[in-house]
Amino acid sequence: MTALLEVEDLKVAYGKIEAVKGISFTVEAGQIVTLIGTNGAGKTTTLRTLSGLLKPSGGRILFDGQPLANIPAHKIVSLGLAHSPEGRHIFPRLTIAENLQLGAFLRTDKAGIEKDIQRAYDLFPILGERRKQAAGTLSGGEQQMLAMGRALMSQPKLLMLDEPSMGLSPIMMQKILATVAELKADGMTILLVEQNAQAALSLADQAHVMEVGSIVLSGTGQDLLHDESVRKAYLGED
Amino acid sequence: MNTLPQQLANGLFLGSMYGLIAIGYTMVYGIVQLINFAHGEIFMTGGFGALSVYLYVLPNGTSMWIALPAMLIGGGIVSVLIAVGAERFAYRPLRGAPRLAPLITAIGLSLALQQIVFNTYPDAKTDLKFPQLPFGPWHIGSVSIQSGSVFVIVAAPLCMAALALFVSLSRTGRAMQATAQDPDTAQLMGIDTNRIIVIAFAIGGFFAAVAAVAYGLRYGTVKYDMGFQMGLKAFTAAVLGGIGNIYGAMIGGLVLGLAETLATSYIDGIPGMEQLGGGGWSSVWAFVLLILVLLFRPQGLVGERVADRA
Repeated sequence: MTALLEVEDLKVAYGKIEAVKGISFTVEAGQIVTLIGTNGAGKTTTLRTLSGLLKPSGGRILFDGQPLANIPAHKIVSLGLAHSPEGRHIFPRLTIAENLQLGAFLRTDKAGIEKDIQRAYDLFPILGERRKQAAGTLSGGEQQMLAMGRALMSQPKLLMLDEPSMGLSPIMMQKILATVAELKADGMTILLVEQNAQAALSLADQAHVMEVGSIVLSGTGQDLLHDESVRKAYLGED
Repeated sequence: MNTLPQQLANGLFLGSMYGLIAIGYTMVYGIVQLINFAHGEIFMTGGFGALSVYLYVLPNGTSMWIALPAMLIGGGIVSVLIAVGAERFAYRPLRGAPRLAPLITAIGLSLALQQIVFNTYPDAKTDLKFPQLPFGPWHIGSVSIQSGSVFVIVAAPLCMAALALFVSLSRTGRAMQATAQDPDTAQLMGIDTNRIIVIAFAIGGFFAAVAAVAYGLRYGTVKYDMGFQMGLKAFTAAVLGGIGNIYGAMIGGLVLGLAETLATSYIDGIPGMEQLGGGGWSSVWAFVLLILVLLFRPQGLVGERVADRA
């Protein structure tokens, strides 16, 4: 069986500075794969390249068997790749309901969209209660819920979550990570970038450690969770 | 002639015209953060497009009832093509360049368009007579309304209402709001932001053409340099209302038109300011108002909604 996402020797550069220096990894359907690493390791750059916001300077991306390199960002989402960006990036002056509808921008099945909006409200009841409110008035954690709910509205085959727990209170962080686990249990395939390495590794089937643009270590989530160098560098142990 | 109601009416006519042009500045700014300084010339070319339809396309003596819609379409096509062409060939290649580059390009484009019309349009070096509506002026009490003004008071609210409905209710309008708020994330939703930018330029261009027809009907002539002053005033109106906000552009236009007209007619009545009366001072008052708003309410009269900053 071929993987849902195959990244091969991917390189991304900002001008002359190479931010991603030839990384390879795969995501199988139904898996959670996580990229961990410090700031500036190239994790966000990798996701932004997969969703088409950045153009790769080299390498190959195959999604569902199709090369993504020359497809503009607004068409990639229709192939089934959704991206919930770092910093949430909800549309602040639109309501919660309008944000969710935009997540389904390319869908035409009105009834299905309504059903999925209802499902987002079931997943995150606070969104339902505030559906008519401008999204900019939500708290950080609520905005993260909205960003995830919105990404799900495109009915993706692969959901990319960039730092979903960043800047959240511990309770909110747990809630968001529990939702990630719930989505996996429902069969969603997830590529997760997360600064909370402990949580990410516990959730992940496969994990990759990135350092200054390269993958330096790969393994199952459990392997890396018990790897001594990972424990020292990312889990804050001496 | 100089009664208060008359001045209010004059101010509304002028302000509606400013508002129509200001839409073009504010929509483009709202979506690509570019001040399109060539927009005054997009307005001007719309006037020439409309006049050309009357002079060279329609048979002599066509009734204005038939000519006017044809002129609006012709002027609209010219303005939209120039606005969209400017975006495609002048501004799009500079997206991502430092802000100064597209700004200087816009000024260059503005001068180029003026000179192209000046040098190629027959008799463009003089004021060109614009056809007039075959009725009016009307007198309502002490207020006299010229036929040319009637067009603006009908067309401007219609255009504004249509735009407000389009932006708030249509799928493309929703995509426009999303693009204005966060262009990268809009792409992640599947929105073709290049298409949205083209639509913003096109709507601005069409509204400018409507304003240009209004200008021709109201003042009786069009001229190659008419876009400079009107463009600057409309830009002022957009900033006055809160640039990036379409309701701000409408309100800013009306406020500016009224303020300018009233100041021109009444300031010289204030003791000690007798020297400052008359039409020659109108631009002074308009820009004084702009400076005051920028000093005390820099986000503009309508401004951004608070939720924007959360």
